[in-house]
Amino acid sequence: MDLNFSDEEEAFRAEVQSFIKQKLPAELAAKLKLGGAPSKAELEQWHSLLNERGWLVHHWPQEYGGAGWSPVQAFIFDLECRLAYAPAIVPFGVSMLAPVLIKYGSDAQKKHWLPRIVDGSDWWCQGYSEPGAGSDLAAVKTSAIRQGDHYIVNGQKTWTTLAHFANMIFCLVRTATEGKRQQGISFLLMDMKAPGVEIKPIITIEGGHEVNEVFFTDVKVPVENLVGEENNGWTYAKYLLTYERTNIAGVGSSIAALLALKQAAKQRKINGRPLSDDPYFAARIARVEIDLENMKTTNLRVLADVAAGAAPGAESSLLKIKGTEIRQQLTSLMRRAMGAHAIPYFPEADGIGFNGPNVGPQNALHAAEEYFNFRKLSIFGGSNEIQKNIVAKMMLGL
Amino acid sequence: MDFKLTEDRRMLEDTISRFLADKYSISKRNDIAYSETGHSAQIWAEMAELGIVAALFTEIEGGFVGQGFDIALVFEALGRALCPEPFLGALLTGKALAAGGAEHADWLNSIVSGEKIGAVAFEEDQSHYQLQHVATSATKTASGYLINGNKAVVTHVEAADIIIISARLSGNVDDQSGLGIFAVAADIAGLEIQDYANVEGGRSGQLTLTNVALPPEALLAEGDAAFELLETIAGYAHLALSAEALGIMEVLKFSTIEFLNLRQQFGVPIGKFQALQHRMVELVLDIEQARSAVINASTLPCDKIDRAKRLSAAKLTVSATGTKVAEEAIQMHGGIGMTWEMPVSHFAKRLVMIEHLFGDEDYHLARYIELSKV
Repeated sequence: MDLNFSDEEEAFRAEVQSFIKQKLPAELAAKLKLGGAPSKAELEQWHSLLNERGWLVHHWPQEYGGAGWSPVQAFIFDLECRLAYAPAIVPFGVSMLAPVLIKYGSDAQKKHWLPRIVDGSDWWCQGYSEPGAGSDLAAVKTSAIRQGDHYIVNGQKTWTTLAHFANMIFCLVRTATEGKRQQGISFLLMDMKAPGVEIKPIITIEGGHEVNEVFFTDVKVPVENLVGEENNGWTYAKYLLTYERTNIAGVGSSIAALLALKQAAKQRKINGRPLSDDPYFAARIARVEIDLENMKTTNLRVLADVAAGAAPGAESSLLKIKGTEIRQQLTSLMRRAMGAHAIPYFPEADGIGFNGPNVGPQNALHAAEEYFNFRKLSIFGGSNEIQKNIVAKMMLGL
Repeated sequence: MDFKLTEDRRMLEDTISRFLADKYSISKRNDIAYSETGHSAQIWAEMAELGIVAALFTEIEGGFVGQGFDIALVFEALGRALCPEPFLGALLTGKALAAGGAEHADWLNSIVSGEKIGAVAFEEDQSHYQLQHVATSATKTASGYLINGNKAVVTHVEAADIIIISARLSGNVDDQSGLGIFAVAADIAGLEIQDYANVEGGRSGQLTLTNVALPPEALLAEGDAAFELLETIAGYAHLALSAEALGIMEVLKFSTIEFLNLRQQFGVPIGKFQALQHRMVELVLDIEQARSAVINASTLPCDKIDRAKRLSAAKLTVSATGTKVAEEAIQMHGGIGMTWEMPVSHFAKRLVMIEHLFGDEDYHLARYIELSKV
């Protein structure tokens, strides 16, 4: 039993730190630290820097360009990136579609699409949820009807993250209506620029634009864009949802957020003393810190099992529940730490060269926005209630 | 990073688990725990013979392993069997004697071998877990020390041969300085014990010390070293009790899941109801977090502050989670969970009462916050 990183793992950590120090633009990190959102160009730049180093698709099999890292190395990489406020890798192509293509795609599909994910030629988004298919994903209604060499797609997707940046979308579509609902679903790759595709932004609670509605009206999709077999898409969809979920707890993000919170609580004053000395606030911080320290070890235990060959099953669901609860709590505490200064709303401010009126500390600028935005964490990726259903069934046999 | 048990630890775990599985049904446990003595001299001797006490100590201390993980492993196994034997007293008394130097080697050996039973008496009527709150006085005399005062709720004190006592040499009642830690033979003149049963089984007692005359070598530590030793000993208690709580939680988890699958209402097992499923999942998640807390505490890093923080984090976590697990296990078992007949009730009681030893949730939260300021 040894909780410390090995010498090799420490050396790897140093390598990651030095890469980030050299390559991550300081202004971008400063902006993200203050709760700003990266632009499309900034995300593409970071992807490209990681790709040059061979780290963008680090978790792919090595013959496809993966880095051959252990789960612990991937954990360290994520941790260091979060601590440095590097942008998160946009997961849709790299972490979601690619594993499905590698496992279920044809040789032609792999040869065509994988390099384009690596070099950034394609920006993918995920067409899963629909207005009537949220937690009950198998209820998807968007239809794809075969006509000669094409499918004709009609329907609507929703909550499509960064669809406005994307040129491609992978979709769950209904290709059969008889039999079990899960058996009539297919996995289709679609061009966002094709005639009949329309995007409408959804503005979320804090005023930001991350998610969209995507409408399909008689969109023609070549049959070679079907992944795997027709009506077998549910299998691929489920595989995608369980793949690479070992970082789902977001431990790195939470550690960074806790550091920022503690720093803020030292700077804020109450009765002339740092807020961090206030016993009630100190207790809130202590509790979430202890929960996070426990979570970090829970996460590493799951990683150790994965490294030993176990498939991450319902454990990812436990990590998702606890990890999102902690991240939400941290944004809640950051909002509280800012007191009344959490109220002013300057969505355009990115902290760097912000010339707005003096409305309080810089780290107050997005505290409330981030708190409201992060309510999404316990809803997306399978709501926390769905995760509990999964654990009850898979792990407890209830 | 490595979470696997070493071969030695696996063997140790097998030894304890096999012994307890063979010799220690819950009904036998209850017979022993609720008896006049609150433990079984015979079971204790057999377990000591197997080296289970010695596993709590390092080779230097006369044992054979004694790292944090070994201590956690032993106490988790004891928790699974709800074993009320005086292991905690042995661990804490032994660690105190080991700190006292070579002149205490005989007593230390007798503790490590299980031949003698140890108890630690730190709690007082008004101390509420605060180790520095010591009203019991130690007066220096020409031939050693005279001890006067009371000690409260000392686990297994009636069975003990050796008692470790905190007493005040100087200063005010809540001062960290001015303390002395003494090793006392239980049969010494002036030492009186009022023995009673614990609500969860096992025994404790009130200790009255009236002009107890100790030789100079009874003093294990004084001055700054005394408070430090108190904290060190309490730290071992935090680890051991947290691990014991974890073992109990695992049992309650399995029996509650089993019950949810077994008990039929409205024509289905009650485990089919989502309200109960979600509550059970929350418990499972909390118990995984508690296991992580115990692992974190088991590493016992050299840095004193970091070590103390991990120990308090663990005791806080198992206190909060333990209460929740106990209450939820009873609730989900329904009326049957309320009965003396069901093992669940006895596991739940011990789990809750562990919080009342060496600091509850609030105590450890306050301590963790203080340590974070350093």
